[in-house]
Amino acid sequence: MAAGPMKIRTTLAGGFTDVRVLMTHPMTTAQSNQPLHFITNVTVKVNGKPVIDAEISQAISRNPVFSFRLKGGQKGDKVEVSWLDNKGETNRIESAVV
Amino acid sequence: MNPLRRTVLGALALLLAKPFAALAAWNEKAFGAKSAADALKNLGTGSTEASSGLVIEAPQIAENGAVVPIEITSNIPGTTSIAVLIEKNPFPLAAKFDFKDGALPFLKLNVKMGETSDVRVVATAGGKHYAATKEIKVTIGGCGG
Amino acid sequence: MRLLRTLLCVAAFLASASHAQDARKEIQRYQQMIADGSPVELFELGGEELWKKPQGPKQVSLEKCDLGKGPGVIKGAYAALPRYFKDADRVMDLEARLVHCMETLQGRSRAEATKAVFGNQDTPSEMEYLSAYVAGHSRGAKMAPGLSHPKEKEAFELGRALFFHRAGAWDFSCASCHGEEGKRIRMQDLPVLSKPEFARPVVATWPAYRVSNSQFKTMQWRINDCYRQMRMPEPKFVSDATIALNLYLAGTGKGETYRGPGTKR
Repeated sequence: MAAGPMKIRTTLAGGFTDVRVLMTHPMTTAQSNQPLHFITNVTVKVNGKPVIDAEISQAISRNPVFSFRLKGGQKGDKVEVSWLDNKGETNRIESAVV
Repeated sequence: MNPLRRTVLGALALLLAKPFAALAAWNEKAFGAKSAADALKNLGTGSTEASSGLVIEAPQIAENGAVVPIEITSNIPGTTSIAVLIEKNPFPLAAKFDFKDGALPFLKLNVKMGETSDVRVVATAGGKHYAATKEIKVTIGGCGG
Repeated sequence: MRLLRTLLCVAAFLASASHAQDARKEIQRYQQMIADGSPVELFELGGEELWKKPQGPKQVSLEKCDLGKGPGVIKGAYAALPRYFKDADRVMDLEARLVHCMETLQGRSRAEATKAVFGNQDTPSEMEYLSAYVAGHSRGAKMAPGLSHPKEKEAFELGRALFFHRAGAWDFSCASCHGEEGKRIRMQDLPVLSKPEFARPVVATWPAYRVSNSQFKTMQWRINDCYRQMRMPEPKFVSDATIALNLYLAGTGKGETYRGPGTKR
């Protein structure tokens, strides 16, 4: 099953780069009757270099939305956000800073 | 294709299939802890001191506990990680973010809250740990429609 | 003693009134924060894909669908709905028009096109994706549904009559909940939809993503669900009655700048 769509916005703000990323994922919890299925890791890279490494859990809302800020940055910088879930599924999205 | 070749190819495929999985760590003990104190212990951040440099921006009332928006800014110099805990959740630790050179210690995320609870944010900077807390009330809106 | 009691009552009233005001402010803050970066955009993306996807026996996309501003013109189309369409000789809302295009352009049967109009959190429906996509293209446009054609006037009046008509097991009408200022259910304010000042912000933010069940909800769903809550029989999808009500609401809220699909609790 292909992972659901992601959307990302990377814009230069005052002295930093604003990153807004939307992910499609059920993030089901142990309380529902469904099998546990949630994103466990999120990584943010700038021009190939990891700058944020996150471990997240089923306590993050369905269809996670995150906002990050990167130091400085300039137009054209390549920002990549990727995730891995507890079933081994992954997805990623890339964007050039505007 | 002869069976041996198929087995070898199958094994190779498995090895190569999930490189991300092989590299990603996930603190099962901390995320499985049933109290915030245990979660923090398993994260290696036993004792924290309150800090006004750690700012939590969130509504005092969440219309629905399924999606509670929280914005966190750490003004503590040298912050390298931020952990988010929801005290009354069955498993309090919600997330832990590590910030490397190039990222600011800032985060906005949506969490699930089972009921009105304190949200505790723990920041690590220069080997020391700081905490800030905010209570968020969870209501049920409307008539379920 | 009497004076003290009066003073205490006034104090309590003021405290509760200000408490209610504070609560409302904090809930507004909640609504603003969840709207920021809402999954609505993912539904708009999904809708774009479906709009461009060849489907049905004719294997044609919806790209030539006329939503009232000409074939394929999506920009501003939602804000001008519901309205009368000559080719169908009928007042239609967005979803009725989408079904029409699925039938005429794509050759799909009505049964197939409307098989699953309301989705669930794991599988949103085509209508939900397409509604998000089309409505998103009316951001910034002033709500201006059709109110001049005789059939539009008729539908508006029918909508108004239905809004106030009491029926069903509980003898409810829309006005039972949405007819008096200051009412609410738990922490949810109930806007008086028959008054422009209250209808305007509502029509400017539907269809909408509901965070409580992670689903995108359309106006046809909203009306359908209101009838369920009133314990009345389920209305037919895109029936004259539902479109009339939709036009009554959109007409009462006309002039408001459409803010795009909303994000709600």
